[in-house]
Amino acid sequence: MGMTIAEKIIARAAGVEEVKAGDIHTVTLDRMMSNDGTTHLTVDMYHNKLKNPRIADPGKMVFIVDHNVPSDNPKTAASQKKMRDFAREHGIDFWEGKGVCHQIMMEHYVCPGELIFGADSHTCTYGALGAFGTGVGCTDLLYGMVTGTSWVLVPETVKFNLTGRLPEGVYPRDLMLTIIGEIGASGVSYQVMEFCGDGAGTLSVNDRMVLCNLAVEAGAKTAIFEADQTALDWLAARGRKPAAVFKSDEDAVYEREYTFDLSKIQPVAARPDFVDDVVPAKEVCGVHIDEAFLGSCNNGRIEELRVGAAILKGRKVADHVRFLVVPASQQVYLQALDEGLIRVFMESGAIVMNPNCSVCWGSCQGVIGENEVLISTGTRNFKGRAGHPSSKVYLGSAATVAASAVKGEICTADML
Amino acid sequence: MSVGKIFKFHDDLDTDQIIASQYLLLPSIDEMKGHAFESLDPEFPKKVKSGDYVVGGENFGCGSSREQAPGVLKALGVQAVVAKSFARIFYRNAINIGLPVIVCKELPDQVETGDEMELSLTDGTATAGGSTYPCTKLPPYMQKILSQGGLIASLNKEEV
Repeated sequence: MGMTIAEKIIARAAGVEEVKAGDIHTVTLDRMMSNDGTTHLTVDMYHNKLKNPRIADPGKMVFIVDHNVPSDNPKTAASQKKMRDFAREHGIDFWEGKGVCHQIMMEHYVCPGELIFGADSHTCTYGALGAFGTGVGCTDLLYGMVTGTSWVLVPETVKFNLTGRLPEGVYPRDLMLTIIGEIGASGVSYQVMEFCGDGAGTLSVNDRMVLCNLAVEAGAKTAIFEADQTALDWLAARGRKPAAVFKSDEDAVYEREYTFDLSKIQPVAARPDFVDDVVPAKEVCGVHIDEAFLGSCNNGRIEELRVGAAILKGRKVADHVRFLVVPASQQVYLQALDEGLIRVFMESGAIVMNPNCSVCWGSCQGVIGENEVLISTGTRNFKGRAGHPSSKVYLGSAATVAASAVKGEICTADML
Repeated sequence: MSVGKIFKFHDDLDTDQIIASQYLLLPSIDEMKGHAFESLDPEFPKKVKSGDYVVGGENFGCGSSREQAPGVLKALGVQAVVAKSFARIFYRNAINIGLPVIVCKELPDQVETGDEMELSLTDGTATAGGSTYPCTKLPPYMQKILSQGGLIASLNKEEV
């Protein structure tokens, strides 16, 4: 029987010829990533709960401080110190303040064909390079760190056939929010979203990251693209080689299939408090905003900063709006500097911040107050996600966020 | 399992509501647990008693992979979470820390916060308001992890 890309990666990691959906396998993990959201708890469990503390292979571990960086109070500082000290003691790669964890992983580690656990739900981003990345909690991470292995229930795969090209002024974020709006917050629960078709081939690795990153918002275990020439060129430019390049077999089994015509996608927004409450962006135009956010592991790369800067050039952020611009990594930040984008943002009145998760996760600089409204390129708009429980978050593309920052209310770029 | 009081929550209940981001970097679960469900019911940590149950709708525990979410519920004495369906990371995390997560399609619509419920893991049933509802049994692999007290306890048992 044929296998999908996801099944082939699990079979490789399990050291077996064939797997099928529903099987449980013990797998050897290629990499594990953990950030400051939970690593202090992992370290505590390592010291206090294990009968035989050890690390199977420190070379497979990556620790990244990105959520509250620089630390905002002494307790955060203590939790991060615990993580930093542990990484140094055990020879674990350690990053701090260099970027959002998934951006760092994509820039420096992820290779096609790998099976990667990350103690962060958006680990599904790595499917952009044909890797199987999935989010886990700190106990799974600890077990993987100690044994080098874990157990995986082989998920069903759902095929998303993409056709056509996105129109001018419409972005992969509009596409993914549209898909989530259509299939719902548990639309592909426990399943893999496989993106394929001619339309998939038109997407850059950045575009693919945007799609894969949000897969968890539809309940997916992960999302994946075939590592085609676009992906392999991107990888080679960063001096890395694939672990394995897999294609889905002709007779691979899909639980179901969808087709999305990219040329029909329009700018959309997700309304508070659910990522799947997606409407045409025009429907929420006019909503007063207090803050706008351009950044995150979903939408803080050079491509989105270019879109935002093109809209901000020669314009000013509305007086009553705080506009946060947060490059996803220092690489992105430096490129934006070289391209003159940071100057454009600053001259427009934006607040340009160091690479970090920022207000996307609601516990760092930029959190919003009682009844305030944020328009965001972040990953989620859950109740209170960006600060006070009564505050509201709308999600939109970089273009919609930048245009809204100028107008002071939600609007699309063509309305400026 | 013993009779306990129900605290009921809505569909697509995300882990940010169970424990908000701003508390995740506190040093320990014990310091976080007083903030459980703060956005929805700030009194929850005071009202919940050891042996009570959390009941959810569809896709309970969606969103962030924060293990602090099942962690604070367990630390507050919640005996089990019963929902129509669970988001996968929450489900796996709960089993890994030894907190039973039970899929029951019918019960959530028939109960309210404050009702009493009794759960039988061996029979695979939940009883509330005089009615008994079937629950989906865990796959044996996960049941074994749960019955050993979670993933790390099960790992420690294997080690000589």
